Amino acid sequence: MTGWVAANLISVLNGLAIGALLFVLAVGLSLVFGMMDVLNLAHGALFVVGAYVAAALTGGSASWGAFLGALGLAAVIGLLAGGLLSVMTEPLRRRSHLDQALLTLGVALIVAELLQILFGDDPLAVPAPPGLDGSTSIFGAAYPTYRLVLIGVGAVLAVGVWLLVERTTLGALVRATVADRDMVAAIGVDNRRVKITVFALGSLLATVAGVLGGPVYGASVGLDSTVLILALVVVVIGGLGSVRGALVGALVIGQIESLGRALLPDLASFVLFGALALVLVVRPRGLFGGRSGATA
Amino acid sequence: MTALAVEALTAGYDRSTVLSGIDLSVPTGGALGLLGRNGVGKSTLVMTLMGLVSPTSGRVLLDGRDVAGLRPDLIARAGVAIVPQGRRIWASLSVAETLALATRGHGRRWTVDTVLDLLPRLRERLGQQAGQLSGGEQQMLAIARALLTDPALLLLDEPSDGLAPAIVDQISQLLTTLRGEGVTLLLVEQDLHLAFAVCDRIAVMEKGRIVHEVTTAEFRADRATAHRLLGVA
Repeated sequence: MTGWVAANLISVLNGLAIGALLFVLAVGLSLVFGMMDVLNLAHGALFVVGAYVAAALTGGSASWGAFLGALGLAAVIGLLAGGLLSVMTEPLRRRSHLDQALLTLGVALIVAELLQILFGDDPLAVPAPPGLDGSTSIFGAAYPTYRLVLIGVGAVLAVGVWLLVERTTLGALVRATVADRDMVAAIGVDNRRVKITVFALGSLLATVAGVLGGPVYGASVGLDSTVLILALVVVVIGGLGSVRGALVGALVIGQIESLGRALLPDLASFVLFGALALVLVVRPRGLFGGRSGATA
Repeated sequence: MTALAVEALTAGYDRSTVLSGIDLSVPTGGALGLLGRNGVGKSTLVMTLMGLVSPTSGRVLLDGRDVAGLRPDLIARAGVAIVPQGRRIWASLSVAETLALATRGHGRRWTVDTVLDLLPRLRERLGQQAGQLSGGEQQMLAIARALLTDPALLLLDEPSDGLAPAIVDQISQLLTTLRGEGVTLLLVEQDLHLAFAVCDRIAVMEKGRIVHEVTTAEFRADRATAHRLLGVA
């Protein structure tokens, strides 16, 4: 290995792990925003709900049963919460983004308050499942095994979401709805149902991301706004309604967050939002956002 | 039998009224050509009939059932389909995906095979992204998408727009074939030749109202009126 790679391997891997997590979080936000023009600022709160579910079920001690149980429970909560959010935002569909933002921000604040009442102010740790809590040697450098698995899980989910959107009838319906939802309605499809389905699946991915991110970030009040901002940056950079855009955007932001902080510690935030500003100026629709809507 | 009867229909956007009391009817299997200068409300009428613009008052009767104000998916299920202005195909979907989506949940009067028999060019483009098709092919796809919903009434908004004369001729033949199949047509057109070839009645709109309606033969014979209403010889 070259000296540069050896020196920064850990940062690159961390960037990949963060990117994998951000993709799982951001793809639902991107599809809901791109497809139904609904800006859901409660998306970060869903992530934190997943993290707290993981913290509550594992209780600070590593267990596969508790971790998998947390994934299952978070998935169910995500599905239900997504369905509910879809119904709540339906009357605001033809109103401005500000109205939607105020409603979903209100939901996010209520969720954060409830979590604070239930779990207190102190951050909670989420242990990685047994066997994944150690480290693995990569080219002589010790790296947390869980984060390696996280990269793999993110890759599998990325392929799964890509196949769902690109290769299934539901995916074609989603892409058509992103491109022109009026024409989808005009062939007899009640696109409120499509919206509920995508909202529910996107929210499921957000809560699952919260569980998966638990061993990295823990569970704490305030984490929701941090991850929401990162997810919004991913969506803007990748392009609305684009799975490929969400993936590339997440990987880019992951590297900026990790490698950027390692190489330019004083400028990391500037690099993050500088990249956002650059994309907005050069390509306002994002790297993969097309005029015609969703792309896989 | 009357396939479509519109009574005192008003509609618009936000606070502006575009349709100010439309009355028209089309018999089952008939074809009405809707002409008029730009901005008189033809497209708004088509969008309102499809449920994509909400009416503020009036009735839209399909075989006697009032569908005014219903959601577009319910109007589609009641037997109305649209070939909109600008085609509005789903550019990122392949032709095959578009046809498969349009077929979902509808009857089997029109199948992908029968539609492709009618529009053989699309058969050669099944795997291609809709956004990469030529303008004529995109129009064929928009018509195919509408047909696969098994419409009793087909609304077409300037299907000839931007197309070469040879393609317009194909569309003319296609619409004539559809009439033979019993599909009722409401055709908004700027191309008078297409409207005359397909429609048995012609209506002219001005400022959100129907101001003139006669048979196609009568319209063609009365050049003075055509010139006054449309500015054509």
